[in-house]
Amino acid sequence: MNFFMILKVALRAIFRNKTRSLLTALGIIVGIAAVIAVVAIGQGAQAMMIKEISSIGNNIIMVFPGSRTQGGVHGGSGSSQTLTAEDGENIAQDLAHLVRAVTPVVRTGSQVIYQENNWSTQIQGVSVDYPEVRNWTAEDGVFFTEADQRAGARVCVLGATVVDNLFTSASPVGQTIRIRNMPFRVLGVMARKGSNTMGHDQDDVILVPFTTVKRVLQNSIFNNVNMLMISLHSLDDITAAKEEIGALLRQRHKLAPQAPDDFNSIDMTEITNTIGSMTKLMTLLLTVVASISLLVGGIGIMNIMLVSVTERTREIGLRMAIGATPSDILLQFIAEAMALSIVGGLLGVLLGTGGARLVGRLQQWPILITESSVMVAFLFSAAVGMFFGFYPALRASRLNPIDCLRYE
Amino acid sequence: MLINIQKMFKTYRMGENAVHALDGVSLTIGNGDFVAVMGASGSGKSTLLNILGCLDTPTSGTYLLDGVEVSRMSRAQLAHIRNQKLGFVFQNFNLLSRTSALENVELPTFYNRGFPGRERRARAVRMLERVGLGNRADHTPAQLSGGQQQRVAIARALMNSPPVILADEPTGNLDTRSSVEIMTLFKQLNQEGITIVMVTHEEDIAACARRRILMRDGQIVA
Repeated sequence: MNFFMILKVALRAIFRNKTRSLLTALGIIVGIAAVIAVVAIGQGAQAMMIKEISSIGNNIIMVFPGSRTQGGVHGGSGSSQTLTAEDGENIAQDLAHLVRAVTPVVRTGSQVIYQENNWSTQIQGVSVDYPEVRNWTAEDGVFFTEADQRAGARVCVLGATVVDNLFTSASPVGQTIRIRNMPFRVLGVMARKGSNTMGHDQDDVILVPFTTVKRVLQNSIFNNVNMLMISLHSLDDITAAKEEIGALLRQRHKLAPQAPDDFNSIDMTEITNTIGSMTKLMTLLLTVVASISLLVGGIGIMNIMLVSVTERTREIGLRMAIGATPSDILLQFIAEAMALSIVGGLLGVLLGTGGARLVGRLQQWPILITESSVMVAFLFSAAVGMFFGFYPALRASRLNPIDCLRYE
Repeated sequence: MLINIQKMFKTYRMGENAVHALDGVSLTIGNGDFVAVMGASGSGKSTLLNILGCLDTPTSGTYLLDGVEVSRMSRAQLAHIRNQKLGFVFQNFNLLSRTSALENVELPTFYNRGFPGRERRARAVRMLERVGLGNRADHTPAQLSGGQQQRVAIARALMNSPPVILADEPTGNLDTRSSVEIMTLFKQLNQEGITIVMVTHEEDIAACARRRILMRDGQIVA
């Protein structure tokens, strides 16, 4: 018998006893549906958290200046003035195998004015690499250029909240706003990013070249910065990157081996680890639930297949008499068990995705149905059919045709 | 010789005792013969037919079927031989219920790897016409009379063009009129060159055969 014939015979046997087949497959249906639904809801929640984290900037290490000790007096955190934009450039160049991009951040606050409107906001001095570091681009207009940065040009890029509060209708691109009474040309508007995990509005910001902040707004002769934001190629490198960045900074700052760091670095590892362990726990629980439900479903299939083999003893005998080999019979009954469990698995996938969507709509939960979870569910149900169908099929294939033909 | 059995024994163990279902049987059946095997129940005729049908293997002895020694073959090899060389007709028809006559007739070709799939339906229709049921192809066994069911079974037995048809009490469940029809059909098939071996205990049915074999206590006595 070829593949299609086996499949046809198996499907026909299933549809001959619709009620019984449905009840048999119910274990698989419910098990698969539960797994699909819970995975969809869980992955939706996880995807939302990851999105929030990546809105801060994915794979980011933040380096702050540390405390300075002078003549036995500890300054507060951030009092050290040794962290500079050159440190950042050096990190970007020397650690290019780990680091994707680096931007210094210099913060100041100010009231800004456009015509008769005014708004108090944070001014952030950053480098041209800022969009790459934060994974955040200008939606309208453009970001400032390297020439602007070198020249300390009076140009700025606005966050969406600033635009909402300063401009009523026309596009701000090309307009001039006043920061501390100095005119700044608006080059662009950043895409709306929303609040971060702490509820802080990330769009309430004006981005300016850090050189401009230092020279023009702060009128400073120092080149220290408030923070270096460093984005990595991969989240996996975070520990190695932190070590190498630390070593490089110590070397650049000429710290003696026993001297404490004059900087602090913070990363997203902790949050990521928390999410990772939550995911692991959920996966483990799901695996347990899925295994139990599939085990129960599989036993149901095995039971009904044993009944089916007994019921169809004469049919088995006849098929053997007219030329079915033991392996033909084995395949036929395994195919039947697999067809049962696969049809059950498909119904379970439909029920599970439908249920998850319904819950998502009613509870306003994010739902994520991935192809892989559907594929895994499908393959698992097929495997259950094969595993639990094997014993009944083996029994059928070992029957003696003479006894089968005489069976009443 | 189509069938050649030499010194065949089939022994069953019943506790302490050995029961000889076949006790040194030798038998040859030529191409185109029509043999009726008769005997009381327990005489060994069913055992003989099972071994002739490659459904059972002898304890000792040789069995050449169409020139091939089959008495020591594996189950899978015997299945292949049954599919190619033998057609079976049973007392209780053994048709698949809730399955049309046509599909019942098609069944043996599914286990015949050499059979071209697209000729299956046409040949099954021809076989049904040959047994006079061309207009009943869509009927299920429940919609057919006993005689018609047996004719479907015969059409099924002819499907792979086997040289031999083995019939085990083919008229045992039929009324007289249907029995006559079936025997007429058998005689016709025999005239077309098919060898038939038939077990029966009815004299008038056995009378249709060209040759009779009588068995008693596991031996051929006449």
